[in-house]
Amino acid sequence: MNENKVIEVSKLTKKFGNFTAVDHISFDVRKGEIFGFLGANGAGKTTAMQMLCGISKPTSGKGTVAGFDILKENEKIKHNIGYMSQKFSLYEDLKVWENIRLFGGIYGMKENEINEKTDELLYRLKFEKERDTMVKSLPLGWKQKLAFSVAIFHTPQIVFLDEPTGGVDPAMRRQFWEMIYEASDQGITVFVTTHYMDEAEYCNRVSIMVDGRIDALDTPINLKEMYLAQSMDEVFRKLARKATRVEN
Amino acid sequence: MILVKNLHKTYGKVTALNNLSFTVNDGEIFGVIGPDGSGKTSLFRILASVLLPNSGSAEMNGLSVSKDFKKIRNIIGYMPGRFSLYQDLSVEENLKFFATIFSTTIEENYHLIKDIYQQIEPFKKRRAGALSGGMKQKLALSCALIHKPEVLILDEPTTGVDPVSRKEFWDMLKRLKSEGITILVSTAYMDEAGLCDRIALMREGNFIATDTPQNIINSYNETLLAVQTENMSASLSDLRNHPKVKTCFAFGNQHHITVHADLSISDLQHYLNEKGYSTVEIKAIEPTVEDCFMALTNNP
Repeated sequence: MNENKVIEVSKLTKKFGNFTAVDHISFDVRKGEIFGFLGANGAGKTTAMQMLCGISKPTSGKGTVAGFDILKENEKIKHNIGYMSQKFSLYEDLKVWENIRLFGGIYGMKENEINEKTDELLYRLKFEKERDTMVKSLPLGWKQKLAFSVAIFHTPQIVFLDEPTGGVDPAMRRQFWEMIYEASDQGITVFVTTHYMDEAEYCNRVSIMVDGRIDALDTPINLKEMYLAQSMDEVFRKLARKATRVEN
Repeated sequence: MILVKNLHKTYGKVTALNNLSFTVNDGEIFGVIGPDGSGKTSLFRILASVLLPNSGSAEMNGLSVSKDFKKIRNIIGYMPGRFSLYQDLSVEENLKFFATIFSTTIEENYHLIKDIYQQIEPFKKRRAGALSGGMKQKLALSCALIHKPEVLILDEPTTGVDPVSRKEFWDMLKRLKSEGITILVSTAYMDEAGLCDRIALMREGNFIATDTPQNIINSYNETLLAVQTENMSASLSDLRNHPKVKTCFAFGNQHHITVHADLSISDLQHYLNEKGYSTVEIKAIEPTVEDCFMALTNNP
């Protein structure tokens, strides 16, 4: 593996019966990069991400994530990545500190390390007063910030964010992106899906999936140039319009 | 017409709706724009007659949501934020079920749902639970429309939906509007605000502004600039450190900043050059609804 490549996949494919959800995708993601993984609903993003996270076995193709083989070392992959989605991220019926403790434990961190880093995290987020608050009573924006911090609590090489900002208010959405920048500055690679096209502009590189394939992959500036578009929204529309398969 | 007067709803100590009053006219698309937790869902559930307010009143086409709820349910179509269909029934069975409850048939009002339903008809035998996100939205809307409602209440119908499908969804709302249906719709996407006849910006149980999108933009009273540099991430904090910059936020490939009126563009250009930026582009711009929302939530 090239040391600077945190994800490297070649012809990754997933079939369900005779339906090809992910169709021979090849790409790589560099260390510390913010990589935007875009595509319409049903284009195959979720399936692709599940293979990268080691929870779904590819039908064919190969690749490594965080230095481990997707086909043979998926358990090791799980220990070296972080994951957060809008739908699932924290346990609502646990307190703030209990969530941190639980995820730290799952990722194999030692108890004293968890305790130390918990204090530091709560201080940094200005959450000290919320230590004993049930997660369900936090405002959504706070939950998202906490969920992201928990996902990178064990300093993974890469964090996968599946639509992390859906429904969040505009100011909070931007604060969230500033946290993403910080993580990337610390060398954590960020792999993110979003339906907000202004957020696509914040990524170092962006790929766009259409019908299970990656039809475009470049920096936002180059993509706009290539598709003669003013914005990423326009690029996305031009590409997604080419889709021929019916959403499954 | 929807007539809401002093609607108040609390959950324990939390005030979800704070004496809200507003009117939605017949055939209007009225958008409620606000982040999660601002009270949109409580409002919509009360209007759909599935939640009672603590006080205040709401009428839909002359019917009270608390007293005439049986009649109300015949004239409204409600699409809740969370997928609410029967996961174990097929696409077709769900639609038939909703048609039957309202003593109608799929055929009778097929013209209303045709455009949307045609897209999922090839999968009519599939269980609703096995549909993808975008298709669930289409089925839910079909079910909400099958009894030809006079008022449509849509709670965040496009959250998690991609830009292309979102546009299709809004095209469809326009067609429904032309059929005379009154539409109350909530969204967290600020760009959808411009597609409504009128919008209410909602925050912490209050409407902080209610008007046409254009009037909301016209009443923006900050000096707004767009800034681009070769290092967007670093310039964010440099801009914030300028004493005459009030706010600075990333907006796609630009930063939108609000500044004191006496800060000239050339002064700011000079400041950024001194900080070591060589490519600096600054221009005065018109605000978007998102800028307005952020200005209003910054100065409560």
